Order: sequence, then C-alpha cells, then structure tokens
Amino acid sequence: MTDWPKTFDLVVVGGGNAALCAAITAAEAGASVLILESAPIAYRGGNSRHTRNFRCMHKGPASPLTGCYEEEEYLQDLMLVTKGKTDEGLARLAIRSSEDCLPWMKAHGVRFQPSLSGTLSLSRTNAFFLGGGKALVNAYYNTAEDLGVKVAYEAQVTHVHRQGDRISHVEAEIQGRPRTIKARAFVLASGGFQADIDWLARAWGPAARNFLIRGTPYNRGVVLRDMLDQGAASVGDPTQCHAVAIDGRAPKYDGGIVTRLDCVPFSIVLNNDGQRFYDEGEDVWPKRYAIWGRLVAAQPDQVGYALIDAKSIDLFMPSVFPPVTAETIEGLASKLGLDPKAVRRTVEGFNAACRPGRFHPTELDGLATEGLEVPKTNWARPLDTPPYYGYQLRPGVTFTYLGLKVDARAQVHGAEGPIRNLWAAGEIMAGSILGQGYLAGFGMTIGTVFGRIAGKEAAAHVA
Amino acid sequence: MSLDTTPILLSATEEARRQIEICNACRYCEGFCAVFPAMTRQKAFADGDLTQLANLCHNCRGCYYACQYTEPHEFALNIPAILAEVRVESWERLARPQRLARVFQTHGVAMAGLLVVVLAWVFWAASVLRPDAGSGFYAYLAHNTLVAIFVPAFVLPLVLIAVSVRDYWREVDGGRVRLAQVLSALGSALRMKNLSGGHGEGCNFERGDRFSDRRRVYHQLTMYGFLLCFAATTVATVMHYLLGLEAPYPLLSPPKLLGVPGGLMMVAGAAGLAWLKLRADRSLGAARVWGAEMAFVLLLGAVALSGLALYGAAGSSLVMPLLAVHLATVMVLFLLMPFSKMVHGFYRLAALVAEAGKPAPTAGGE
Repeated sequence: MTDWPKTFDLVVVGGGNAALCAAITAAEAGASVLILESAPIAYRGGNSRHTRNFRCMHKGPASPLTGCYEEEEYLQDLMLVTKGKTDEGLARLAIRSSEDCLPWMKAHGVRFQPSLSGTLSLSRTNAFFLGGGKALVNAYYNTAEDLGVKVAYEAQVTHVHRQGDRISHVEAEIQGRPRTIKARAFVLASGGFQADIDWLARAWGPAARNFLIRGTPYNRGVVLRDMLDQGAASVGDPTQCHAVAIDGRAPKYDGGIVTRLDCVPFSIVLNNDGQRFYDEGEDVWPKRYAIWGRLVAAQPDQVGYALIDAKSIDLFMPSVFPPVTAETIEGLASKLGLDPKAVRRTVEGFNAACRPGRFHPTELDGLATEGLEVPKTNWARPLDTPPYYGYQLRPGVTFTYLGLKVDARAQVHGAEGPIRNLWAAGEIMAGSILGQGYLAGFGMTIGTVFGRIAGKEAAAHVA
Repeated sequence: MSLDTTPILLSATEEARRQIEICNACRYCEGFCAVFPAMTRQKAFADGDLTQLANLCHNCRGCYYACQYTEPHEFALNIPAILAEVRVESWERLARPQRLARVFQTHGVAMAGLLVVVLAWVFWAASVLRPDAGSGFYAYLAHNTLVAIFVPAFVLPLVLIAVSVRDYWREVDGGRVRLAQVLSALGSALRMKNLSGGHGEGCNFERGDRFSDRRRVYHQLTMYGFLLCFAATTVATVMHYLLGLEAPYPLLSPPKLLGVPGGLMMVAGAAGLAWLKLRADRSLGAARVWGAEMAFVLLLGAVALSGLALYGAAGSSLVMPLLAVHLATVMVLFLLMPFSKMVHGFYRLAALVAEAGKPAPTAGGE
C-alpha cells in the first residue's frame, strides 16, 4: 500500500469475475486501478470461484462450443426462466456481447475444456472453464497484476461517498485499519447480500435462518446497502433469492458444487411429517432443480428427505456425503429421524400407485403414479429393492435478486439521474436482467459483459 | 459422515479416499490430466483404485490451484500432496525388500552414504584388481571385471522391479494388456502429456498459480538424455562383443554420438529439475521424501557429469578418480532403481497402460 498513488484513476470494489474484467479493461486502456477485495487472498473471487461455465452466443462452432446458439434462442431461454422478468434491451446487449467475450477471455488467460461429464446437454450453449471458476479468477488476477493493477485483500468498503452526482472517495477497512481511498472513477462489483443471514431473514422471514449459503461468506451486501441508503436506483425483488435443494449436511457457507443432489427425479421426497409434497418427476432435473429450493423452504423446518432404493443409486452424480443407508424402509426412516410408521405408509401408498411400464432415466418416460393426491409423473418406480438410501435436503441460496439498476453503459443512477463516475457490474446489478429464475452460466455472462463495459466507460471517463 | 472434520489421524489411503470422494462430486478439473476422467468411473474407491489414481498423478498441481476447497476451507483438499504420499507408500509397500525402499525413498543421506561406500569400494577394487594389461579405462579395471560387477548390479534390481510391477498390476486390477494400450501409454510418456496442464502451457510446479512448461522440458531432457546414454552403452556393448571394437571410442562413433548429447541433456535436465524443486512449494508433494528425491535428481546429474568429465579427461591423470566416481554413481543408480525415485518411471508407465485399458469414462448424472 506504500506504493499507491494519492488518487487512483479507478477503484474497483469487489474481486470476482466482473470486478476483474472491469479492472483489466480499464488498465489496458491506461488507467491506474485498485481492486478492493473484501475476502482474504485464499477466498478471493467471490462467487466466481464456484462457477464453472459461461453461456455464450455463437453463430457457428467456436471452440469449445459446438453447433450454434443465436440471439433469439438465447433470449427465449432467458425469457423462459425469468418468465419475462427482464429488461429486454439489457438482456440483448448481454447476449450479443457474449460472443466477443469468449476470445477476450482466452486472450486474458482463461482456458476452456470440453463440457464436463454429466453436462453434455450444455456443450452447445456453455463454455466450461478448465479447472472451474477459481482457475479463471487466478488467470485474471495474474493478468491484472501484469498490467500493474493493485489489489488489496481483506479490504471491506464500508461507505461510498457521494457528492452530488459524483463519488469522491470510498471508506474501507483494510486488514482491520480504516482507510479513505480517492479515485476519479469507481466500479461496484461486490456481489449480492446472500451471506448476510440477518438481511435474508428480514426479507424472507425467520425460515431463512435455516438456509444454507452455497457460495462465498463475503457477499454481505455492505456496499449494496450503503448505495440503497443513499437513494441509488434499484431493481429486483428485495424479498427473493435463488435457492436450490442441496444436501442438508453441507457447510453453512461455501459448500459449492459438491453439495448438489441430483437424485430427486429418481426418489420420493418427504417432509418432516413423512409426507410427499410435490411431483418429483415433473421434468428433467436440469429444468427442475431450481424450484426445489423453494419447495423445501416451504416445508416445516425447511428440510426434506429424498428416499431411493438400490435400483436407482447409480443413476445420478455422487454427492459429497454418503447417503444414509438401511435394509428396511422403517430402518431408514429412524436413521433419518422420521416417524417409521408414517414413512412406511407413504412408501406403501406410493408403491401401490406405481404402474408397470418402460423406465428411462434420461428422458421423460411417462412412468407415472395413478390415484395419488401428489402424483409423480415420470420415473415412478416402487421403492422395493433394499438397501434403501436417504438424503436430507435443505435450501441452498445461490444469489439474491435485489441490485442496482444500471443502463446500457453500466452506469449507476441516483434519484436525480446518473452518477457521473460510478458504474456497476456483476451480481450487484444482475437483477436488471435476471428478475427471476436462473439460466446456467448466465451470471458469468452478465459479469463479463458488464465488467468490460464498466471498465471501458470508467477508463474513457478518466482519460 | 465422511466430512466429519474432527481431527482424527487417517492413513494416507483413507485421507486420499476422503478427498477423492469430494473431488468426484465436483469434477471441475477433468481437463487437466488423466486422473480426473479416471476418477469418474466409480463412486466408491477401493485401495487399489487409489493406488492407480496416485500413480497416474504426475504432480502437476493444476488441480490444487484451481480448487475452491483447499485450506482454509473445511474440506481441506490437497490432491497433489495426498496422491504423492499414497504413491510413495505404494512404492514402499510393493518393493522387495520393503525396508530398503523405506530407507532410500525417504532419506537422501542414505543414498549419499551408499555412494561413499561404493566409491571407496571401487577405489579398493581398482587397486587390488588392477590388470596387468589394458588401455583406456581398462588399464584400471579389466573389461571382464566391469562386466562381472555391473551386469548383476543392473539385472537384479530390474528383476525386483518386475516383481513389484506385477504386484502393482494385481493390486490395481490391470487385466490383460493389449498392444494399443502400451502404445497409448508410451505416447503419453514420450510427450509427458500429463504435465501439459491440458492446455499445453504446462503445470503449476514452481510458479504458483501461473503455468510453466519448465518441469516438462527438464524432465524430458533428463529422460531422453538418460535413454540416449543407455542407448550409447547398448551400442558400445554390441560393438565390443560383435564387432570386436573396444573403448575408448572416437567422437564420431555411435556410442559418443549418442552418449555425449545424452549426457549433456541429463546434466541440463537434472540441474533444471533440482532448481525447480528448490522453488516449488514442498507442501504440495510428499514432503517427507523431498530430500531423497533431491538426492536422486543430483545423482542423475552426477552420473552424467562424471561421464562427460571422464571423456574430457582422457589420457590425463584424472581418469582414475573420475572413473571411480562415474562407476560409483552408476552403480548406486542401478542398485537403487527399485528403492529410489527411479522406480517412478516403471509404475507411471504401468499406470498409464492400465488406464488405457479401461473403458472410456462415462458421463453420470444430469
């Protein structure tokens, strides 16, 4: 910190994908840049360290992507998951710009690999990072360092100081010491607030205290809160978060990809009372995993139990935690802490409602139950082959929707209009485009596209 | 629960199992090397599976730097280190006799000690067994004496290694070997594909999370240098016995044309590997064998350097001491083949052959 200039051209708040794209773009345009990353170096990169791919438009095969994936199809996919809750102009901008991002990412050190095993369905639309998101983050930090970008870790920005339509400085705690940092331009890329459980509980209700946070514990929304308190324009439902059903034994924070459970379509899912509550076979898992976070969150104690038998144990990716195993349904129920009689009744009722037919694990096979109040419409096979397996499910929060509203130049607005030297990128503004639902790899697209725009605009502003 | 983080002491194999099960639920590293695709074949890992994965791992460290679950994360993954430990343990377990492997795999000083003993013995042999006639080296040690000493010192260790590799094959359930498997494995080894990082820019050995091809380059210099020197010796043997042409050979003869470049490559490669080893993070390898590995690299360099020096000193009074040093280093290298890092080449090739024989990894889930 001794070699810092008195005033930086650009201060980037945050240290994930969007922040790095902004910092690199601005530094290449000649700006002096400081990154303020709230995490320690081992946890740098925010939620980007848990990502694995980037959804990319392309008009023809573009290594590692196969086929083509054009603007209209991409937009349709987005419309489907958001149910129209998007800003079409910004969405099209993100989609169109994504094509240019792929070569840019390669030129700045990101390496790609063929689609991972078990994700062949994404090989046309999503480019997978070799080594995953942390490898991408490492590559960008190295590129930034080579460009002379300064990085401060354990640097939590506590206040973004606004004077009229400009930001003059930020106040931060760097390794526990208060600092005032001046710059001519600022980019906010510090993520959402999903790691602040109190905030989640205020927004969602006390049930949120039982949620697990899949990603970084450092996305506490301090900067977002500070900006909202200063009247910055916001977007996105403040009460909502994106949550998926994950293994209930996952750590409170930062469990990431390995805590996912893909077994729901081949199981029956019970609540604490031993009752089923939703059609487990409604659709293929990639299209349904996102709703299960919400479904489990609505159950007593925010917990569910997926039960499967020996026939299905090899049909899904292994979980990081071994399943609870028993030779009988009652035995499994007691091991899971459920009422054995209630579970027995539910399983018997379910088994009796199963019909013979062709079972096909990778397509909608129409093998449905008959006569159940809560039907299972595909992959319904009786649980009759021991050993039986059980997994506890809990909601795992991926990200929050509330964010700063930005325009096509990534500029942040106050009540009176644009804040002249302030831009935002990444999860902190993703609600502008992603009003609801999620599209795999789209978070990284928004971060990369708007990070680059923010960096370019900021550099032009100080040039 | 397998992720119970209470500090209980797991054996290296148990700890590897704990880590690999976490890895196998993530799979972000599939593109780095052969280990990760191989991992996806199963959900449960028998000890033999872990031995095989450990010997497939080339310690490129790409997966460590890309991993979101390394310490301080509570999952505390360090795949390169734990696989290195399982690998060394497998070499110790499968060696005959195990005790020698435990000593020489772990203690560089043991290797140095052996070298001193052998060196003294060569001097003694040269003084006692000095022939009445003979030119060049053979003025100091008769050709037949050399053969009588070095053939058993070379063949016996190879026999021991063959027995160990057979046991390895059983442990990892290698099955029948087809030519295509062997060719595939040789292809990987000759290009050192598993140190390419998957993108061709190399591994993360000595530059932290930045890629570097140096380790691959130095390794291949050493390996090809060694093979050239070995070829030089073989050619010389043929010339000696079949053509009646005795050493010393002129510069423009096959033994020298192979041996001199080979020796230079070995010296450069070993020096490079030693330098990288000093710069690399020891906690990402089997830290307890660092000294012995370093001693082995230096021994390889010493074999080549003394050989080149011997050539340069032809006709001078330095021939006798240099000859002694050269013979002693070669002797130690041979004798310790089953008990030193040298054995890695045999197991690694076996692991690559076994991997090539397994069905292509299948996609699971989603």
